[in-house]
Amino acid sequence: MGTVVALDSLLAAQTLWHAGRASAAALGEPTGHAALDALLPQGGWPRHALSELLLPADGVGELALLLPTLARLSQAGATVAVVAPPYVPYAPAWQAAGVALERLEIVQATPRDALWAFEQCLRSGACGAVLGWPRQADAQALRRLQVAADSGQCLGFALRDRRHAANPSPAALRLEAVRDAHGGNAWQVRKCRGGPAPARAFALATR
Amino acid sequence: MLWACVLLPQLALDAVLRRCPDPQAPLALVSGPAQLRTLQAVNAAAAAAGVRAGMRLTAAHALLPGLALVEHDPQAEARWQRFLAAWAYRHSSLVSAQWPGCIVLEVRASFALLGPWPRIEARLREELALLGFSHRIGLAPTPRAAQVLAGLRDGLAVTQPAAMATLLDRVPVARARLPDDAGERLRHMGIGDLRTLRALPRDALRRRFGLPLLDHLDRLYGQADDPLAYYAPPDHFDVRLELGYEVESHTALLFPLRRLVGDLCTYLSVRDGGVQRFVLRLEHEEGHSDVAVGLLAAEREPALLFELVRNRLEQVRLERPVVALRLLARELPSFVPAARDLFDPRTRQQQPWPQLRERLRARLGDTAVHRIAPTCDPRPERAWRPLQGDEARIGDAAPGLPPRPAWLLPQPVPLRDPRLRIVSGPERLESGWWDGDDARRDYYVLETSQGQRAWAFAPPGEQGGWMLHGWFA
Repeated sequence: MGTVVALDSLLAAQTLWHAGRASAAALGEPTGHAALDALLPQGGWPRHALSELLLPADGVGELALLLPTLARLSQAGATVAVVAPPYVPYAPAWQAAGVALERLEIVQATPRDALWAFEQCLRSGACGAVLGWPRQADAQALRRLQVAADSGQCLGFALRDRRHAANPSPAALRLEAVRDAHGGNAWQVRKCRGGPAPARAFALATR
Repeated sequence: MLWACVLLPQLALDAVLRRCPDPQAPLALVSGPAQLRTLQAVNAAAAAAGVRAGMRLTAAHALLPGLALVEHDPQAEARWQRFLAAWAYRHSSLVSAQWPGCIVLEVRASFALLGPWPRIEARLREELALLGFSHRIGLAPTPRAAQVLAGLRDGLAVTQPAAMATLLDRVPVARARLPDDAGERLRHMGIGDLRTLRALPRDALRRRFGLPLLDHLDRLYGQADDPLAYYAPPDHFDVRLELGYEVESHTALLFPLRRLVGDLCTYLSVRDGGVQRFVLRLEHEEGHSDVAVGLLAAEREPALLFELVRNRLEQVRLERPVVALRLLARELPSFVPAARDLFDPRTRQQQPWPQLRERLRARLGDTAVHRIAPTCDPRPERAWRPLQGDEARIGDAAPGLPPRPAWLLPQPVPLRDPRLRIVSGPERLESGWWDGDDARRDYYVLETSQGQRAWAFAPPGEQGGWMLHGWFA
């Protein structure tokens, strides 16, 4: 605690914010879901940062959440990298969701190399968005990923098991998949940079 | 025409020194039969200890016991001269390596492109110093005069023929590079400089010394044409580097490897080409092992190529000691530099995607990075294909099909869940009788107890024995 940090720089970095004052500018990357944008303090995915999605199992709507963003980025000409996916990304469905497949790059890696590849993709700055499944990542590894996303200026999405929800994470945004009252899937914000986490969950309109 | 001559006074020695980790250690090139080993060339450290070229090996050992010895290879000299001719080819289109130990190039035509002579000269010197070759440079209106002037004083430049003639007149005959031993004989006859020589009657000179002397004089002064054998660049790169000792670890290979890759990139930028596929051959006492490096797009960035070779090399187990390295590149496609938008929002220092892709491929394997494309086959496992390389367009999937899941399982697995709910279906799929991979399935969209949407199939007409094939994630 030796150094004195200026308050303004903390406010600018959004690590500190005024309670009860909504941030004026929409700093985030639009998610493609208007209801979710309204819920998040930055009005979308935090830019140049890692977002963590906590899942009870694979296939609970994580891609439905992400695909509009990936479609928009890939159509704008940015490379989208998918590092060591647990299943085969099914080309006809991704294309039907609007993803420009010319810009979608699949990286196959063994679990040992997947974390390395994920970090390389984030850090390089060559990608607009990177999806990864860091399975055995500890807090230190996630911190590295967060810094890599920051220096590479891209959107990082780490998809992990829900049991990691109890552990602290350096990710700028944490979303957890939960069951809502109607038995459908919804996304609960667990942590977000730039404001208090909203209490309301967000349910995808159509699945 | 204006000719520059780059004299390489110790070409053979430099070729050896540039691959030594410590060029300051005393070193000598030796040749001759085993009973009569003679030093051919010595480096500065050895010369400082009193060792001279032409000395017997035993005498040299008496003076300097720690002298490192390398076998002199006359062919290597010619090879390096060719390499430097290739290097000079980037500064001029007329380059000749006809005379041993030097390279001549026409530079007047390059003034418009590269600037006046002092700038070209500085550039030549800088690049030669980087490549590790000691040199003397001269400039004159004829190639022979440039060679003579470079031998007289480093950096001597004459552009006017009249001034050149005056200067040449004062050159001692012994240093005018006259054919055979004519220079020495003329000196003994009391003829001091070229002016005196040219004042002699031509007939008498021809009778005593033959026609070559007169031809040489005429060409030296520019009174006759000087047809040179011009250098034409080869269309592949093949350089072999002998290590001189047995290497058993990767780290010891990296230094010579960096030189090799640097030479390759020099060669590529001269050709204005790139390399897409090359082989690093590790030569053992018997046999060799190859490390193949393949890229998806042509590259010529030394740092990038070195890192790629290094990554590949580190995966190879050296089972036998390596005695020589050889870099072979046969396919040298044209190189298209990455184009960037003037108003590109992304910052400059970021790595372009092809570089990142090669980095990933070097560590993860050649097929690790791919894209996906839909195909027209109705069977889900065949409805997509991986795509390597840079294909510009990806076609559209067959239209009019019911929704497809975003995740596909590589192999269908049994789905066991007591609380399955059918959301939609069935979709009958019957196909593939023509290639022996016949499929008859009823696909359903199911919801599992955990709230996942599964894409599963059952045998036709049944609703059970579910095989999970995808997730609507």
